[in-house]
Amino acid sequence: MSDLLSVRDLRIGATIFPPGEEPQDIDIVHGVSFDLQKGKVLGLIGESGAGKSTIGLAALAYGRGGVRITGGQVLLDGEDILSMNKKGIRSIRGARVCYVAQSAAASFNPAHKLGDQVIESSLEHGLMTREEARKRADYLFEILGLPDPHNFGDRYPHQVSGGQLQRAMTAMALCSNPELIVFDEPTTALDVTTQIDVLAAIKNAIEKTGTAALYITHDLAVVAQVSDDIMVLRNGDTVEYGPVQQIIENPRQDYTKALVNVRQTKLAEARDQTDALLKVENISAAYGNGVQVLHDVSLHVPRGQTLAVVGESGSGKSTLARVITGLLPPFEGKVTFCDEELSAGQNKRSRDHLRRIQLIYQMADTAMNPRQTVGQIIGRPLQFYFGMRGAKRKAKVIELLDEIEMGAEFYDRYPAELSGGQKQRVAIARALAAKPELILCDEPTSALDPLVAEGILDLLMRLQKNYQVSYLFITHDIAIVRAIADSVAVMLQGKLVDFGPRSEVLNPPFDDYTDLLLKSVPEMKLGWLENVLATRKMESAGH
Amino acid sequence: MANPLAGVHAARHRLKENHPLTVLIVERLGLSVLLLWAVSVLIFAGVEALPGDFAQTYLGQSATPQAIANIRADLGLDRPITTRYFEWLGGVVQGDFGNSWASGAPVTEQITKRLGNSLFLAFFAAAISVPLAVGLGMVAVHFRNRIPDRVINIISLAAISLPEFFIGYLLIVVFAVQMGVATFPSTVYDGMPWTERLAAIALPTATLVMVVLAHMMRMTRAAIISVMSSAYMETAELKGLGAFKAIIKHAAPNAIAPIVNVVALNLAYLVVGVVVVEVVFVYPGMGQYMVDAVTVRDMPVVQACGLIFAAVYILLNMVADLVAIVANPRLRHPR
Repeated sequence: MSDLLSVRDLRIGATIFPPGEEPQDIDIVHGVSFDLQKGKVLGLIGESGAGKSTIGLAALAYGRGGVRITGGQVLLDGEDILSMNKKGIRSIRGARVCYVAQSAAASFNPAHKLGDQVIESSLEHGLMTREEARKRADYLFEILGLPDPHNFGDRYPHQVSGGQLQRAMTAMALCSNPELIVFDEPTTALDVTTQIDVLAAIKNAIEKTGTAALYITHDLAVVAQVSDDIMVLRNGDTVEYGPVQQIIENPRQDYTKALVNVRQTKLAEARDQTDALLKVENISAAYGNGVQVLHDVSLHVPRGQTLAVVGESGSGKSTLARVITGLLPPFEGKVTFCDEELSAGQNKRSRDHLRRIQLIYQMADTAMNPRQTVGQIIGRPLQFYFGMRGAKRKAKVIELLDEIEMGAEFYDRYPAELSGGQKQRVAIARALAAKPELILCDEPTSALDPLVAEGILDLLMRLQKNYQVSYLFITHDIAIVRAIADSVAVMLQGKLVDFGPRSEVLNPPFDDYTDLLLKSVPEMKLGWLENVLATRKMESAGH
Repeated sequence: MANPLAGVHAARHRLKENHPLTVLIVERLGLSVLLLWAVSVLIFAGVEALPGDFAQTYLGQSATPQAIANIRADLGLDRPITTRYFEWLGGVVQGDFGNSWASGAPVTEQITKRLGNSLFLAFFAAAISVPLAVGLGMVAVHFRNRIPDRVINIISLAAISLPEFFIGYLLIVVFAVQMGVATFPSTVYDGMPWTERLAAIALPTATLVMVVLAHMMRMTRAAIISVMSSAYMETAELKGLGAFKAIIKHAAPNAIAPIVNVVALNLAYLVVGVVVVEVVFVYPGMGQYMVDAVTVRDMPVVQACGLIFAAVYILLNMVADLVAIVANPRLRHPR
């Protein structure tokens, strides 16, 4: 069979503008080659900065921002699209090659109806009449499992959920019957229970329409479910390229092996339950608009151990953390810390209480003042809580920097000079500087690449061992719960649906929602998606 | 017993949920009326607090205490301020602004003519400046950070930095005095032929255009650039749409709100802020009428002008708000 897409020695560069320096030309992709046959799916996988999106967009002869394709060929049915003129490229985009972006919410125009946007490219290229395109859109909405498919197109982007938007974007790409679709992290922004539906819908649609696809993601378990081949990328180079079975079951490169083995359990056996350090009793809370976010939540954090609070977006996990810190006083219930009741409002708490509970955020970026150096950031709580100054403070900061495996050379750096993982480490050091007994970790690893996240989790576990600090670890990722938690709380729509030691919550008999959550987490096995869907079908048939 | 207010509250909530647009528009209208009333109080109080006295100015040398008292009694100035305010407000609501103290003629009649003249001038200034500003803004975006963009930016900045009276006199010197191609003064009168009327307002129109152009142009440029960098513009490009089509179909609907806002503000300025320009060009509009009235302390005229200026300002801003609301699909199509 001939190749539909054949990429030869693709080289991509960009011009960057470092502050205070001359603009520099850098290479992002250094000579990548692959082939894709009709109806097949190639997974491109790698961490951020690996160049996977850039390569995907090159299949549409497009460079985002200052990105330029500097060399190589992109052959679509034997024709090099890089050597085409503007008009030629336009005739390919949206007609023969389509793109599905990570954030469908931002990629749909808020001013137009979904249906009109879905059929736009088919009409633009004169591939169908409006009637035909409408009909095809209806059909696609149906096979993608969208509710009320015949009227779905009359809605505006803000009127449907994130998972539905992502499926609508897939319909938009499929509408013009393209030969190739580039999926750029289409499920990354979704909750796991939504992700599995979208994933199944995408896979189903690819099979039914016979289009080929480039599937870009950082999650190997996801790509294993939809791909025929996988290419592992790192820093713009190919690490490994082969059939999906070989990559998953028999990886040859160390980097691929690390990706496959990521998220191994760090805490083999749950430790014996200790007494409660923090008790949350019957908390109900609402935001100013009167919408109640937490309904009668009671749980406790064991001393020196980790409680994982797991749930999907909107389940109230972060709100719970805000209540515990006192940022959002609850209208009912109380929080007890070391057998002392905490004031509801943070401004009424003693400095000592404030010190003993610290917080780490999801976005280390926004939680640090970009105009302060690492030394100032970590030194601030030392001065505030312990009155340390001058050389003493500096020595302590450097000690903390060593503790987070970064070292004294970072003392004078600014946050902008750090990588995502390093920023999160600095945030951990800042929390640690207050000598807390409890650290609330609000999704500290979800914005990080898997291997970097792994390092952060290792660090947190080591610190717990050394300092007996307790964690309340908020996450949507069951794999992390399995890896680090002693006890687990499962939340759904502001209510606690399950709470107990890990061995109880994550083993049968399950609560219904916990079961759904557990089954929705992609596993690094071939055929996992089919199995889950088959089980679901059987279950719904049985009911 | 159930709280009767709770029912009303719930009904209001339901209304807001089902017809957010209607509720918002009605709210805006109500707020505008309230604001206008507050302005009427401020104007009346402000005029009252002004130093100087009509009777004093009017009588000049022959001002005896008795004569002053007579005039004040004639005008009803000896009555309490609240009585006079409500009397005035009652008239205003019916479209009667009272009689001018200086001429004794009804203010409404004079103002209708003057306002017509001002609107005539403002209309032509707007008809030229709005399309020009939006067009230049688009050109600037198209040549972003290149020579045409820079040139447009520098010229418009220079125009905005010069005070309008300076631009006005500059135009008079060049076009009326030295070249002799323009009409000055720009006085218009009833029954003046159209062609002459247009020739008369050429210079004040040009001055006004230069003053308001830059602001609108720069806002258009900024609004379009911010929309152009959004992800849905990339989607449009990756669908194979041409640049022009993408701008018209995908950028324009989202850039309307901020552009309309700044256009409305500038239109309001064209009516309200023309005082200086009208005086410079001796144009018989509202601005000059108000300035004349202030010099002789002719309070009914000053109050009427102030209130009409405020009404125009509030009205145009409300229209801008409403357009922005209507342009937002989230409000037009609730979940």
